[in-house]
Amino acid sequence: MAPDARETARRGPRRTVTTAFVVSRIAVLAVAAAFLLYAAPPLAAAGSWTGLGVLGAATAVIGYLYLTPRHIPAKYLVPGTVFLIAFQIFPVLYTVSTAFTNFGDGHRGDKQAAVTAIETGSVRQAPGSPEYDLTVGLRGQELVFLLVDPDTEQVRLGTADSLSPLPGAQVGVTGKVLRAPGVTVLTTPQAAARGPEISALSVPTPDGAIKANGLSRAVEGKAALVYDAGCDCVRGDADTWTADDGQGYFVNAAGEHLAQGWQVDVGFDNFAQVLTNPTISGYFLGVFGWNTGFALASVGGTFALGMAVALALHHPRMRGTTVYRIALILPYAMPSFAMLLVWRDLFNRDFGLINQFFGLNVDWMGQPGTARLAVILVNLWLGFPYMFLVTTGALQAIPRELTEAASIDGATPWQGFRRVTLPLLLVALTPLLISSFAFNFNNFNAIALTSEGGPFPAENSQVGATDLLITYTFRLAFGTGGAQFGFAAAISVFIFAIVAVISAVAFRRTRRQEEVYA
Amino acid sequence: MKLALRHVFVLVVCAFAVFPILFVISAAINPLGTLASTDLLPTQVSLGNFGDLFASDVYPFGRWFLNSVAIALLSSFASLLLSMCAAYAFSRMRFAGRRAGLLALLLIQMFPQFLAIVTIFMIFTRVTELYPAFGFDTVWGLMLLYLGGALGVNTWLMKGFLDTVPKELDEAATVDGATHAQIFWRIIMPLVTPILAVTSLLAFIGIMSEFLMASVFLRDPESKTLAVGMYGMIAGDQRNANFGMFAAGTLLTAIPTVGVFLWLQKYIVSGLTAGAVKG
Repeated sequence: MAPDARETARRGPRRTVTTAFVVSRIAVLAVAAAFLLYAAPPLAAAGSWTGLGVLGAATAVIGYLYLTPRHIPAKYLVPGTVFLIAFQIFPVLYTVSTAFTNFGDGHRGDKQAAVTAIETGSVRQAPGSPEYDLTVGLRGQELVFLLVDPDTEQVRLGTADSLSPLPGAQVGVTGKVLRAPGVTVLTTPQAAARGPEISALSVPTPDGAIKANGLSRAVEGKAALVYDAGCDCVRGDADTWTADDGQGYFVNAAGEHLAQGWQVDVGFDNFAQVLTNPTISGYFLGVFGWNTGFALASVGGTFALGMAVALALHHPRMRGTTVYRIALILPYAMPSFAMLLVWRDLFNRDFGLINQFFGLNVDWMGQPGTARLAVILVNLWLGFPYMFLVTTGALQAIPRELTEAASIDGATPWQGFRRVTLPLLLVALTPLLISSFAFNFNNFNAIALTSEGGPFPAENSQVGATDLLITYTFRLAFGTGGAQFGFAAAISVFIFAIVAVISAVAFRRTRRQEEVYA
Repeated sequence: MKLALRHVFVLVVCAFAVFPILFVISAAINPLGTLASTDLLPTQVSLGNFGDLFASDVYPFGRWFLNSVAIALLSSFASLLLSMCAAYAFSRMRFAGRRAGLLALLLIQMFPQFLAIVTIFMIFTRVTELYPAFGFDTVWGLMLLYLGGALGVNTWLMKGFLDTVPKELDEAATVDGATHAQIFWRIIMPLVTPILAVTSLLAFIGIMSEFLMASVFLRDPESKTLAVGMYGMIAGDQRNANFGMFAAGTLLTAIPTVGVFLWLQKYIVSGLTAGAVKG
């Protein structure tokens, strides 16, 4: 049995305290302190006490760990683990919990935020309501309104939260504020540059809100829709919308809802939708089927072609192998994102090289069949050099005597390949084929940079013929159809599950890794 | 006769491998600089596209190049260091939770980080509010994100290599009074440098081509990487007109990697058979 390294260290000669030892301890302390000083104030300012607690505890643990002579393995494991937890494990867990909510466009904030948005969004100018002369200013970084009442010449300061009198402001003849304490007045061009911010700002008043009308006038309007806490509903426009905490919407008697909702837990709804909603589940199964087919075709195709070339070059009297090998490796060495975009244009209908070269007029990316063929072909081009390289390596490890013995025993070359070479190759390459499958199963770039998931059927712009699950998820979350983060997260969880099944099967098939545990 | 057949087959595959690259070269030196006017073989030669690329106001190519190279260099270096440290602990030390940790890493390796892209976006929306220096549109934030995937990807590979380095070496050093840190830096690291070089090259290339997370993360033209920036260069109706510039950019991006690739060819084969997949 090998002696434990730590035991040996303890029994060995006493270590002297070197300069490197002292310097490294000071460095660790300095980094930990700097990190704490940088990260703590914003958390405290935002009132995130949980975050602050986690941060403090983490810094304390790290400081302790590198000052004590004990826990040696942890010293080496902690740096990577911190990043792993923060940017991989936490996001995955967070994804799972988001999948149980309806988070997305229209459901971003809490109920209070939704009520505020509904009320201020419905502000309309009532006839005869007061009008103000408007000057736009900055208080620090915050955009504020300086409002002058034309009758009383009184100046008031309007922010997104409140409206308050502002004594000491100087008003010009046109009603514009020239100077005001604590506020930088913006010139007209400066204000014009912030047009969208100005029209978005609404200053709450007791019975409505003040909004800008152009750059120099502001009007007070009344909210058409008002929340009533008594009935937990929104009234106005001769209708009543009652809060539905199951959906996170205000719904009226006719079943219609207001655009602005809030985030609620929806339980297994997102998952159930994927499986039971006939439209969605149909698409999901279709995408899943094509996704699997794409990954299988990519692995099978690249392996077959790569192996064929490697076998062709694997001959004692073959000349020029170095030159061939360099030419064959080139696709692997080119930046793949750029080459995917080039391939997209090679398949262009009007001026793509493929159509020109073969004298065709095929709309490759416009029909499901040809688009699928095209993306598999592109992936074949990108992937076969890798398979060629690994098969070449594996072939060199197979003794030639084996195939020679087979041919002496009367085996045809095909039998020799089928019964001797291929099984030996597969023993060495199966783990790589499995990881290649897992990689291609989620090969976002290969689809997003070529067909972009298209072509799309006329009735549905959410799912295209070449969409993989990952590109479909990406479109649900960040696409033009509005963000559906909760639903996208549910699809991600399905992909997690599928990948887990694949790796479980892979585990059973390749016991190779077991020996590493010994 | 059969040998001739082999040559014919290999030549056909070579043609398949090389023709898109030939097309890129032809497009890059095509003076008209459009997709429609480019043929497989160049008819005229001009370096105008390269000039346009660097003179362009709309597309800060030089900036993108620097961003990409900086992100790829720093994160591949840092992620290898992180996974190397972990691999050293797993390979050389025995501690409670070692087996569980190794298994957990193997499982995590199966879950690509970008699957959680939705929540990564949500997390970094919050980070941008708290720490703008590490939020969206910054090189640093993206780099942190890439480091998160580091441990899962390379630790097993590294551990495999460390297991082949004889234990007697560090035992001898321990007897001579070396600390664990000295063994790590002075003995282990120099021994695994060749494989570190290959793995870091693969990590470098993988990060250079990473598009999904970068496209969510970087929206400001000045902060983009090559993958995101060049994608925008031929997006929409710019597709035909900017193709020459795009091809020139592709060649410039490829030159360093192809060079190093050919140089390290021999090691790459052994690195790949050990289980690295180009990302």
